[in-house]
Amino acid sequence: MSLDRSAEIKRLEKTKLNIGFIPLTDCVTLAVAKEKGFFSENGLEVTLCKEMSWANIRDKLAYGVLDCAQMLATMPITSTLGNAGWKQHTVTSLVLGLNGNAITVSDKLYRELKSINRDFDKNRPTTASVLKELIELRKSRGDELLSFAHVFPTSTHNYFLRYWMASAGIDPDRDVRLIVIPPQQMVMNLEAGNIDGFCAGEPWNQYAVSRGKAHVLITSYEIWNNAPDKVLGVNREWLDANPHTHNALIKSLLQAASWLDEKDNRKEAANIISREEYVGISEDIILPPLMGQYKYHNEADSESIANFNTFFKYAAAFPWYTHAEWYIEQMKRWHDLPETVDSMQVINAVFLIDQYREAATEMEIDYPLVNSKQEGVHKEIWEIESKQGRMELAEDEFFDGKLFESGED
Amino acid sequence: MKKLRVSIVDDDNGRSIILNAALQNAGYEVVAILGSDDNLLKHIECEQPDMIIVDLEMPGRDSLESMRIVNRYNPKPIVMFTNNADHDMISEAINAGVSAYVVDGFNEARIKPIMDVAIARFKEMQALRSELEKTKNTLEDRKLIDKAKLIVMEQRRCNEDEAYKVLRSLAMDKNKRIAEVAEQLISITSILKK
Repeated sequence: MSLDRSAEIKRLEKTKLNIGFIPLTDCVTLAVAKEKGFFSENGLEVTLCKEMSWANIRDKLAYGVLDCAQMLATMPITSTLGNAGWKQHTVTSLVLGLNGNAITVSDKLYRELKSINRDFDKNRPTTASVLKELIELRKSRGDELLSFAHVFPTSTHNYFLRYWMASAGIDPDRDVRLIVIPPQQMVMNLEAGNIDGFCAGEPWNQYAVSRGKAHVLITSYEIWNNAPDKVLGVNREWLDANPHTHNALIKSLLQAASWLDEKDNRKEAANIISREEYVGISEDIILPPLMGQYKYHNEADSESIANFNTFFKYAAAFPWYTHAEWYIEQMKRWHDLPETVDSMQVINAVFLIDQYREAATEMEIDYPLVNSKQEGVHKEIWEIESKQGRMELAEDEFFDGKLFESGED
Repeated sequence: MKKLRVSIVDDDNGRSIILNAALQNAGYEVVAILGSDDNLLKHIECEQPDMIIVDLEMPGRDSLESMRIVNRYNPKPIVMFTNNADHDMISEAINAGVSAYVVDGFNEARIKPIMDVAIARFKEMQALRSELEKTKNTLEDRKLIDKAKLIVMEQRRCNEDEAYKVLRSLAMDKNKRIAEVAEQLISITSILKK
């Protein structure tokens, strides 16, 4: 991909950029784009700004302190609709990573679950049905509600947790207490007994497990294979003012994502983000999930989840309409958004596929010709019509075997 | 008069010591000084401070946001401060959710007026809110509901009665007034039409 970029660089509207990120494993695409020189190859001088909360990311992006930011896949939607605080039309044309989260519980809760059914987590994916039984038992005993934490009011984690619980008949608004805690504080709160479980991104689940006092029940990969978790968010106004810079950003990040596809490069990537300026957690914790090796608890052997962190292959960075639609459905389901909101209208305003296709075409990267696909259909790799003929897409099952079909044709 | 109870959330020890002293001199009771490793939610639940002062860069902001949503009926004034030079731009955004926004470099003399302003603005906001609660079926409300009904009628191709029922059931689901739901619907639709 060594192109003569001088003409492209000349047309950039803005070259010095501040990009916000949260210290999590999946900030790796941004870190690699900077550290391996992909931003500078494309004429961009990027400062990566480590932010301590999603609220800060949202506010700083809304007010132009940041040019763009790593955002939860739900955030451009909620920022645009203003249903989680400040309102600012925010868009995305690039997914920064698929999967990467898990639901982790304390040793104490795990033992309670085991006491009901010692084989409850023998066959993955683990359902919440034993948790449901435990909740009923605790109710009959008059015990207090179990507390589960996630990371932001309208986070992807919130919806994964709710989806998983609700499929076993647990009412997440009444049967448990859901609270918000920053990801870096999950382990401490779990060990102190302030919470019984949490849903957060890596490295925090594997960090909790490594300390021997926590168990992962299910990964977000298992709940819904290859769902987008982080995206690159920009203001619509910013995009309109800086279209070529945005294009250069997408290209830099696609280069980084493609570089990350090489398993050999992931060791270097884990080393980079283990540094204090990024995640600040040991490489030993960060690397295994990046290599598709996952530990559900400390004494167990690692299990293989090949696509646990997917950045490029299978059109991983492509902003599928269906993905946005699923999250919007969840927002409606849990009353974070009125039923009457027209999902496709929102998606058209927020998930901008044209910008992705434009950058991909210029880089001769293949992409799907359609904007939506069915979810919950494919157990394994499948093929779809693409710009260059046919391309492979990844599995897309839900843990409960459900289907999700787009409202659009 | 009962002293107002304040919690400070800040990792900068030097600054929180100054803030603590200044608050006490100004007649407040400082309940606790919390750092990023402390359990903010539990503290607020147990101690019920009247007011929270938080550094904008603290990770606890997301927890405070969720509390603001959950505790709609028991809100607390939050003052934020930062030593970040970006304050001009952020301040507007912050204004949406909190009572006051303070740029760092405060000295003792500034504490009292800042807190007074924050509390006054918080009370103002609360008063506005409760006034809204009281004025049921005002002209303004009816306008909003009529407008929202039109949107629903257009989207669902239904008649006026059905549209009203949709709004009413939404309001019941969300435990809000119909006019509030109507207003939200209108604002969402308007941004999408831009």
